[in-house]
Amino acid sequence: MTPLAFVLQRLSALVMVPVVIVHLGLVIYAVRGGLSAGEILGRTQGSVAWGLFYTLFVVSVALHAGLGLRNILDEWTALNRGATAAIAHLFVVLTLLLGLRAVFAVTVS
Amino acid sequence: MSDTLEVRIWRGGAEGGLVHYNVPRQASQTVLDVVTWVQRNDDPSLAYRFACRVGMCGSCAMTVNGRPRWTCRTHVDKVTDGDSLTIEPLGNVPVIKDLAADMTPFFEKWQSARGRFHGAATRRDAYARIKPDSPARQTANAHVECINCAVCYSACDVVSWRKEYLGPAALNRAWVAFNDERDAHLGYVLRSVAVNGGCMSCHTHQSCTQHCPVGLDPSAAIAGLKKALSRAYLSGRLKLS
Ligand code: SF4
Ligand code: SF4
Ligand code: FES
Repeated sequence: MTPLAFVLQRLSALVMVPVVIVHLGLVIYAVRGGLSAGEILGRTQGSVAWGLFYTLFVVSVALHAGLGLRNILDEWTALNRGATAAIAHLFVVLTLLLGLRAVFAVTVS
Repeated sequence: MSDTLEVRIWRGGAEGGLVHYNVPRQASQTVLDVVTWVQRNDDPSLAYRFACRVGMCGSCAMTVNGRPRWTCRTHVDKVTDGDSLTIEPLGNVPVIKDLAADMTPFFEKWQSARGRFHGAATRRDAYARIKPDSPARQTANAHVECINCAVCYSACDVVSWRKEYLGPAALNRAWVAFNDERDAHLGYVLRSVAVNGGCMSCHTHQSCTQHCPVGLDPSAAIAGLKKALSRAYLSGRLKLS
């Protein structure tokens, strides 16, 4: 682990705490309030604020989970550090692609 | 509780196994007493290590009923499971023979964490004046009494998962050096623990603190190093090469 990876993992956790709480609150609100998919999209589409909020969510999750995955692979498997780095990078890129695509779909089109 | 202990002791090297011995119980008997009894009365070829017998030298650590302990100060009564006592060499270090473990990796990591004092003053300089109540001195005091027994090292899961992990004792020592206001190379200490397998690999699950026979808290020392390291890194003060 490098100091950069270590610090990034802590900072991404710091970002995730409030973001996840807001997200969970939102989920409960939408389900309890009985909002339909259309009503939800009506509120999120075109909203710069929700777009930024969920972009932050996706980026912090991708970083945090990718760094954590690398640590687990380093500790629990016999793979060398080059291989664990490659897997973790691939994981981060995939998470970013899937997550940002979802953010795009919900807030832009 | 009968007056005979059912003792199983590891014999041989890595490929060895447990051998059964009957040892008479005595008042205030320590685990080291049991091992010594076997060597003197049953099998003189039993290899083990000890020196001070009073918890100072750190050489007598073994695995007792599955947990790492200093054997000279571990009373049999406190650790037996009924009458049975299983004594194996310390874990996370290679076994040489019987209960003698090879401490080389432990002390090599101790060296690479720079757990040494690096002075800059000469004999012509005046004595350094350190206030006994300064925060750094107090912190160093709380962590300095390590006896190098490697009990914490043996109890740490991360040591068993990552062969390069420096481990709690070496990092605890580095924290003492870091808090020594006379040390001339504080930057080296941080750089030495900022490596892969350094303080950042600790999971803070505190097995080291739980097992340290002297009552030190290596886990808190490592948390201190992590904080100092993060600060130095974020402020651009950490020079990695
Ligand atoms: S707190 Fe850190 S050093 Fe101590 S046992 Fe856990 S991982 Fe090992
Ligand atoms: S920190 Fe405690 S358990 Fe670890 S080597 Fe020092 S005295 Fe032994
Ligand atoms: S023999 Fe010295 S600490 Fe146990």
